[in-house]
Amino acid sequence: MTPTTPRVALFVTCVVDQALPEVGVATVRLLRRAGYQVDFPQGQTCCGQPFFNSGFRAEARTLARRMIELFEPYETVVAPGGSCTAMVRVEFPHLFEDEPAWRARAEALAAKTYELSEFLVQVAGWQPEASATGLRVTYHDSCHMKRLLHLGQEPRRLLAAAGAQVVEMEESDRCCGFGGLFSIRMPEVSNAMTAEKLRQAEASGAPLLVTCDPGCLTQMRGLVGEGVRVEHLAVVLEEMGDG
Amino acid sequence: MTVTTLEFRQAAAAAIADPRLQGALEGATGKFRSARSAALAELPDADALRDHFKALRSATLARLAEHLETFERNAAAAGAQVHWAADGAAACRIVTEIARQHGVALAAKSKSMVSEEIHLNQALAAAGVEPVETDLGEWIIQLAGDPPYHIVAPAIHKTRQQVAELFSELTGESLPADDIPRLTAVARRLLREKFLAAGLGISGGNLLVAETGSVVLVTNEGNGRMVTSLPPVHVAVVGIEKVAPTWDDAAAWLALLARSATGQPLSIYTTAITGPARLGDPDGPAEVHVILLDNGRSALLGGTFEEALQCIRCSACLNICPVYREAGGHAYGSPYSGPIGAVITPLLFGLEEYAGLPHASTLCGACLDVCPARIDLPRLLLALRAEEVRRGLLPASERLAERAVAWGMAHQRLYQLGAEVGRLAAKPFTHDGYTDLPPRLNPAQERRLPGLAPRSFREIWRSGELDETWPTPFDSRPPPC
Ligand code: SF4
Repeated sequence: MTPTTPRVALFVTCVVDQALPEVGVATVRLLRRAGYQVDFPQGQTCCGQPFFNSGFRAEARTLARRMIELFEPYETVVAPGGSCTAMVRVEFPHLFEDEPAWRARAEALAAKTYELSEFLVQVAGWQPEASATGLRVTYHDSCHMKRLLHLGQEPRRLLAAAGAQVVEMEESDRCCGFGGLFSIRMPEVSNAMTAEKLRQAEASGAPLLVTCDPGCLTQMRGLVGEGVRVEHLAVVLEEMGDG
Repeated sequence: MTVTTLEFRQAAAAAIADPRLQGALEGATGKFRSARSAALAELPDADALRDHFKALRSATLARLAEHLETFERNAAAAGAQVHWAADGAAACRIVTEIARQHGVALAAKSKSMVSEEIHLNQALAAAGVEPVETDLGEWIIQLAGDPPYHIVAPAIHKTRQQVAELFSELTGESLPADDIPRLTAVARRLLREKFLAAGLGISGGNLLVAETGSVVLVTNEGNGRMVTSLPPVHVAVVGIEKVAPTWDDAAAWLALLARSATGQPLSIYTTAITGPARLGDPDGPAEVHVILLDNGRSALLGGTFEEALQCIRCSACLNICPVYREAGGHAYGSPYSGPIGAVITPLLFGLEEYAGLPHASTLCGACLDVCPARIDLPRLLLALRAEEVRRGLLPASERLAERAVAWGMAHQRLYQLGAEVGRLAAKPFTHDGYTDLPPRLNPAQERRLPGLAPRSFREIWRSGELDETWPTPFDSRPPPC
């Protein structure tokens, strides 16, 4: 590749790093297929969302500052997780409402951070080649991706372009029951919500349930029965591309 | 009353384990949801109306005292007596005192959440006044001795069978559950007797209109009109936040209220009460009292939580909430359930006592999608959680754990070390991507927890395997540790 190949920095998210590395691998491959060179800043850990959501603002701020510094040298940041992207884009600037200098830096990071499918469709203008499988998939609109980032068409477009047939479930944007620590603080409610989500997904008849969020993915996998596979968009697109 | 996380869980688990209750919840909320969407779609521009309403509600709250004084002046000019109640006990005292002055033994009530909030029925009973709820749903839960299950539809948890049993007990007849007309006829007969005998009519108020000093009631059963016109004295107890400066503002309010609540363009009855009956009026009470209830509301003005006062109690957020739809209304331990209940209950009745409620949410944001006043309930829940941390209300074990993990996450080497230790510790329980702890130890109960991968993404990256397809230079900067 020529030295002018555009570069992106990968924010892989802590859940993908430690529990779902295949999602990170697929993300790197997709970004390269779209013509980008990928950097992986090794100092990255967690965006701080779990602490923010539990009310630990000071701790969340420490992690936010760390992330802002770490990604400051890069032009573009891409993450395979809607909720973590929303944390950076929407909540980081809020966290520094009383610190103008940090707020400006937070806004700069927010402005160059993208969720994976958003980046591929809106920035790279890329779409996978159709592998014409006709594979039936149903897509789970994760809450923060849909309601805070207003993204939902992007993953569907990528799936359709790759040759999948996207069938809609009844309430695609009904919460999967994860909610971070909620899932173990209130396991009875959380699991009942997940069971309902999975019931709707199964009723769609699609054998593959796709999401862009590592949190929703692990939550739904935790209760899914035989016959339905729950997978991250990046892995699905990579597999279809390989096939 | 308290609602800890554990208490919420236990009450929710009971509701989840009851398939009949789950069916009733989903049936009722589902009907409300689709009716709401259809009704909003009929408006030329529902989003613009909601934006307008949001702006209107925040502007009103910014000058609340002024609007309330205007209301008081105009209501008094129309002949009503306006009282200010700092808290629930004060409001109850005012009502029982009015009852005493008129020698009232029986009070007919129309549905009022504020009266549930201040436990008015208990206060009336203690003062020797029999309160009778005349809204069918409220009457059913009064007979059953239950708190309301839903802000708009308080008895959605009761089956026809249970209602037939309650009515049978009351009448001494054996009433079949499948004979709805007969059940309704019983309610009508018994309640009519009460209306005619009541010396006092008590209502809430969906809104107050400052420019004319009017109390507006939105009902579907007509009982509200009877309560406010048959008895010689009418008392309306209304939260101070429910004021619309003008009738134009009230029009926007009314255009959204019934649509958001039940999907009706307007409810069957929208009643404006402006003072007592005037000379020549065919009916109406001789005396009208309006009690303006604070009960913790004014303390929220001007702060982070003021936005919660924009609520018009339409219940749209309950009907869409995936937590409410599983957990049901009683888990919230408050007349106000669902997302708005999880916010307003700790604010009005104490965060210490209701510390579990701000956690009864995944922060999914579905409530914000439907709220006619666009109240950012997830953000308010987050702020309440932060307030709990600030006041040290979380268990010490959790505080310690959160801070320790956050500290570890702030140091790349510790983060990696933590993950490696976790990997080793979980190894005996890790199978095909899951961590299968012994069931008693699994905090997620029957849900399988994700396992840590044998190799982290960063290990794979560092190994160079990913270079094969593309030579990517590693980030050469030292990690900021
Ligand atoms: S918070 Fe909004 S949606 Fe919920 S009851 Fe109040 S006005 Fe209705």
